[in-house]
Amino acid sequence: MPGLGGRMSTVIKAKISRLLDRAEDPGETLDYGYQKQVEMLQNVKKGIADVVTAKKRLQMQSGKLEQQVVKLDTQARQALAQGNEELARTALERKTLAQTELQTLDTQVKELEGQQEQLTANEQKLRQKIEQFRTKKEVIKAQYSAAEAQVRIGEAASGVGEEMADLGLAMQRAEDKTEQMRARAGAVEELEAAGAFDDITQLGGGEDDIDRQLRELTSGAQVDDELAKMKAELGSGGGDSPALEQGKENA
Amino acid sequence: MIVRVSGEGQFRLPDEDAERLNELDNRAVAAVEQGDETGFHELWSQMLELVASDGNALDDEELVESDVILPPRDVTFEEAKGEFTGEGLIPD
Repeated sequence: MPGLGGRMSTVIKAKISRLLDRAEDPGETLDYGYQKQVEMLQNVKKGIADVVTAKKRLQMQSGKLEQQVVKLDTQARQALAQGNEELARTALERKTLAQTELQTLDTQVKELEGQQEQLTANEQKLRQKIEQFRTKKEVIKAQYSAAEAQVRIGEAASGVGEEMADLGLAMQRAEDKTEQMRARAGAVEELEAAGAFDDITQLGGGEDDIDRQLRELTSGAQVDDELAKMKAELGSGGGDSPALEQGKENA
Repeated sequence: MIVRVSGEGQFRLPDEDAERLNELDNRAVAAVEQGDETGFHELWSQMLELVASDGNALDDEELVESDVILPPRDVTFEEAKGEFTGEGLIPD
């Protein structure tokens, strides 16, 4: 039977039946099959832990970016209040980039959350099936002749095998997605390391390389809009403007 | 008939549904072959709806093989190209 789950299921079931065929004593086969299932369950737990780790990392990054957005916004206002429109623009460009990254991160955190839930539910299901297999194996060992036991083992093992294959597929998909997100998180970290979200107070005079790159990355229109909005707000707020002090502003 | 939706478990459907599911499956294959992504997603949700409306989830304690294994709910069109080919998920 084809199908995304179907193909994998066939492979895993074949593997299981090869394992089961190797042992001569059905009782031994059953115990061995059960042991393998329990091992698989351990792997599933590890897989879920990986998803949780990836999620936590993204959440941490998202928290940091949120703080930067607030800080850059404050600095843009302060710069504008001082009449330094160029500096305000730089801060807003950085803010726009940080916001875009923040949105992506938040979407990914939600996706990972969904996957974590699904994997946990599936793990629960597999655990039940394995428990059922354990009960069945004792019955088979006690009640059936060797030949008959072989047939029944095959049936029970196929049922568990399919469940495992399905969970294996879900794990694979979760891993692929986590991998993509890891790459994405790495890219954000690189931007961070390059200083793309740094305080504008930490900049020297004039435009640097990062600013030139930022200008290309962020939408000029959005920055223009925000700048205009800020100007209007400041205009109506009166001339009393806070000073932008180098290095010790409070965000 | 036992149908598994990947990642969601197994469902018992009345045997009469096999024909309807097979028909949807064949049309999904045709949609994929024509590169009709919208059409495919429409048929795919009809397949899932059929399982949801007529199927009863199997008890966790039942250890049985499925007659049909459907891909995960969020299957992409790209993935579908590898799955919905030839005779489809349900061989004729």
